Amino acid sequence: MIAVIGGGIVGSLIAREINKYEKDVYLFEAKNGIGMGVTKGNSGIVHGGYDDPPGTLRAELCYMGNRLYDELSKELSIEVLRAGSHVVAFNNEEVSIIDEIEENAINNNVKEYKILDKNEILEMEPLLNQNVLKSFYCPIAGVTEPWEVAMQAARSLEINGGKVFKEKKLVEVNRKNNKYELIFEDASSYLADLVVNACGLYADEVAKLFGDNLPFIFPVKGEYFLFGKDIKYTNSVIFPTPTPLTKGCLVVPTVDGGFLAGPNARGVKSKKDFSTTAEGLLEVKEKSLKLIPSLDFSKNIVKVFAGLRPETQKKDFYIDVGEHGNVIHVSGIRSPGLTAAPAIAKYVVEFLITEKMHIGLRKREDYISHVGKIPHLVETNLNYWEKVIEEDSEAGEMICFCNKVTKKEIKEAIKNGARTVDDIKFATRASFGECQGSFCTSKILKIISEETHISPQDIQQNEKGSWIIASEVRSI
Amino acid sequence: MKYETDVVVIGAGGGGLAAAISASKAGAQVILIEREDDSGGVLNQCIHNGFGLHYFRKDLTGPEFKESLQEELEKTNVTVLKSTFVLEVTQDKKILFVNKNGINEIKTKSLVMATGARERHFNSLAIPGDRVSGIFTAGVAQKYINLQNLKPANKALILGSGDIGLIMARRLHLEGIEVEGVVEILPYPGGLERNVQQCLRDYNIPLYLSHTVTRVEGDKRLNRVYVSQVDENRNIIPNTEKIFEVDALITSVGLIPSIKPVEFVQTAPGFVTSNTNQTSEDWIFAAGNCTVVFDLVDFVAREGEKAGKYAALYAKKEYLPQELIKIKKGENINILHPSYIDPEEKSKLYIRVSKVFDKAEIVVEPLGIKIIEEEARPSEMIEISLKPFQDSKIKEIEVKAHGIS
Repeated sequence: MIAVIGGGIVGSLIAREINKYEKDVYLFEAKNGIGMGVTKGNSGIVHGGYDDPPGTLRAELCYMGNRLYDELSKELSIEVLRAGSHVVAFNNEEVSIIDEIEENAINNNVKEYKILDKNEILEMEPLLNQNVLKSFYCPIAGVTEPWEVAMQAARSLEINGGKVFKEKKLVEVNRKNNKYELIFEDASSYLADLVVNACGLYADEVAKLFGDNLPFIFPVKGEYFLFGKDIKYTNSVIFPTPTPLTKGCLVVPTVDGGFLAGPNARGVKSKKDFSTTAEGLLEVKEKSLKLIPSLDFSKNIVKVFAGLRPETQKKDFYIDVGEHGNVIHVSGIRSPGLTAAPAIAKYVVEFLITEKMHIGLRKREDYISHVGKIPHLVETNLNYWEKVIEEDSEAGEMICFCNKVTKKEIKEAIKNGARTVDDIKFATRASFGECQGSFCTSKILKIISEETHISPQDIQQNEKGSWIIASEVRSI
Repeated sequence: MKYETDVVVIGAGGGGLAAAISASKAGAQVILIEREDDSGGVLNQCIHNGFGLHYFRKDLTGPEFKESLQEELEKTNVTVLKSTFVLEVTQDKKILFVNKNGINEIKTKSLVMATGARERHFNSLAIPGDRVSGIFTAGVAQKYINLQNLKPANKALILGSGDIGLIMARRLHLEGIEVEGVVEILPYPGGLERNVQQCLRDYNIPLYLSHTVTRVEGDKRLNRVYVSQVDENRNIIPNTEKIFEVDALITSVGLIPSIKPVEFVQTAPGFVTSNTNQTSEDWIFAAGNCTVVFDLVDFVAREGEKAGKYAALYAKKEYLPQELIKIKKGENINILHPSYIDPEEKSKLYIRVSKVFDKAEIVVEPLGIKIIEEEARPSEMIEISLKPFQDSKIKEIEVKAHGIS
């Protein structure tokens, strides 16, 4: 059995890649949902690969990852919106940074770009700050929903004989002959021939269980505003010119028509600190208003949130075989980790496992590469939807009014393993809209309860402890 | 299947029920569409009394108010489609909807939007803190408690003193949930005075005026809410922080008119209408909280009744307004409804002043109408009735308020 520890986008895609060769792949996730850690709190950008420093693993895997997303979107039925990106300059100093980015792009072998002047940019992005002078435009950049990539990759395992385990936190590792005994917090244990550690923020700590010292990971928080769909602020991703630390605070169109402003970058002490702060939100507001002065912070906001980046001193990915063999550490996956993830998966299988570890892998002939998705009925054509309703009338019962999700879709998600309100939200978009679940959460709670016989008091918003209902008002 | 009708009413809350009844009584063929399994909208969960004093001249609970309308409706031949969701309204007067029986279309002559409002969510306030469960809008908490027999909290703080917030303070208290207080950013309560008395003072629940929530904390579930005092510009005053150890924050921070799926008529942010409830698209009428947020369901029903009548007359080609007069907000007026007046029909103006006055004079120019209002406050709507008038010199009407002693 090959074990992948960590069900974020990186771990899920690695597990999927290995599963193309080996049936017995187990994916272990500590949280109770796939893609709910670093993957969730993310800008969702598929970067162009033009600005990573040449010679880094980041640069090598980012452009390659970008190119892999077309195939991935077809195979995993995920949305990738190639909206393009601009890095915009407002003064001479920033213009010279654009020149440096162009040089960098050439070094990284990225050819898909254009340098645009003021008029060309404003024609494409009329709401951009009119003081813009120049932009580095990359048409192959885009956006996706990172958690969806991870969830669909995990689904591919279940279709192809692999297994996905949630709420499995690795606490102890014992070497037994050539194998590793993996012991989890719930006292369960598994024997693995090969282990991949893709534990995001915790990859350095998990590596220690295997006797390996990896570059220290420290969390860097990024805070965001999510805007609604009422106003179309930009057509593409807008970056300021980058600093050595980050790509800066951006304005990003999301796959489903909303907009993100953020992230800032602030080091924090705890890897569990996903809180937003007054200072951080103010910083994001001020910076993003410099890009799009008409961003409406008074009434157009859907929510604010924060994510954590797993940063290392070297600011590069660390992906290598552990000292004692049979374990691969995939660590320090900071930006552009989401973009690089499909390339990281191939790097692990085709380079590390095959070439470096000399493990002979043979492609499975019975591998099914296509993973379907519960169709979002409102996005299908009316004839198709009609037929679905004929077979199952619940396909005509609207539960989420904002994002138009039917009872059938919610029940399908439950069949696929959804047990919390957020499971439903990330699988179907129900409660993800402008009312933030005011109309549908109570109905979703009821449907989960009816389908799974979990009482409403025991249904969580997301993780254990995030209860919604305290008790019955009075027992009947 | 394709339907044809004179009038479609979307939304079967207080406004929509009244609209369907009156359109039917005016002789129109009517289809009433409701997305929930039952008619009544939010009335179903408002089990307290205080409804109906104006419309039925009786003190009713929400469900009783709805029942009264429902009984009226059953005497008509209105077709009611429940559990039915409108997907699209097109400019060629077609309404596409989905329900258990499939996807269907109605060709109509006129439409009444009675789609109500939704509660503004805490998340949109961008208040910093942890990602936690335990933050509910007042309406959601009310639905859990009153309709689903589920208690969403043990100890709660309420943000916003709108009527639903005040009513929920009492409701939570009566169901054994400790209510630590109601926090209001404004220097005066957002809801009706009678609710401040009957829901807070009667139960010794503190009201913190000029205060707001600055941070929420908890490990997975809410367990701490930070509150500070604010100055007149809503800036936080340092060293006034209070910490409330609660497992729920119930919010009543405003209602947002629901206009979907009609997006091709004038809105601000609700539907902009005339005194005959007509929108900028002459076949579409609108009534109730999808136009402006009303204090009382009585007003909503009254508006719905009027919208239904004019929609029916329009469908029968018996009502086509000639020239509309713009009516605009002047000094010290925050909300004014409607926005246009057909002078040949009577009007009811609904006004909210923009600040508290001990005594205010409301003036409608150039009609020369003046009324005196004691204790005028933004939370209480002021009504002014206008008779039909004929004066071709009047091109615009303005409503103003000023304090008098």
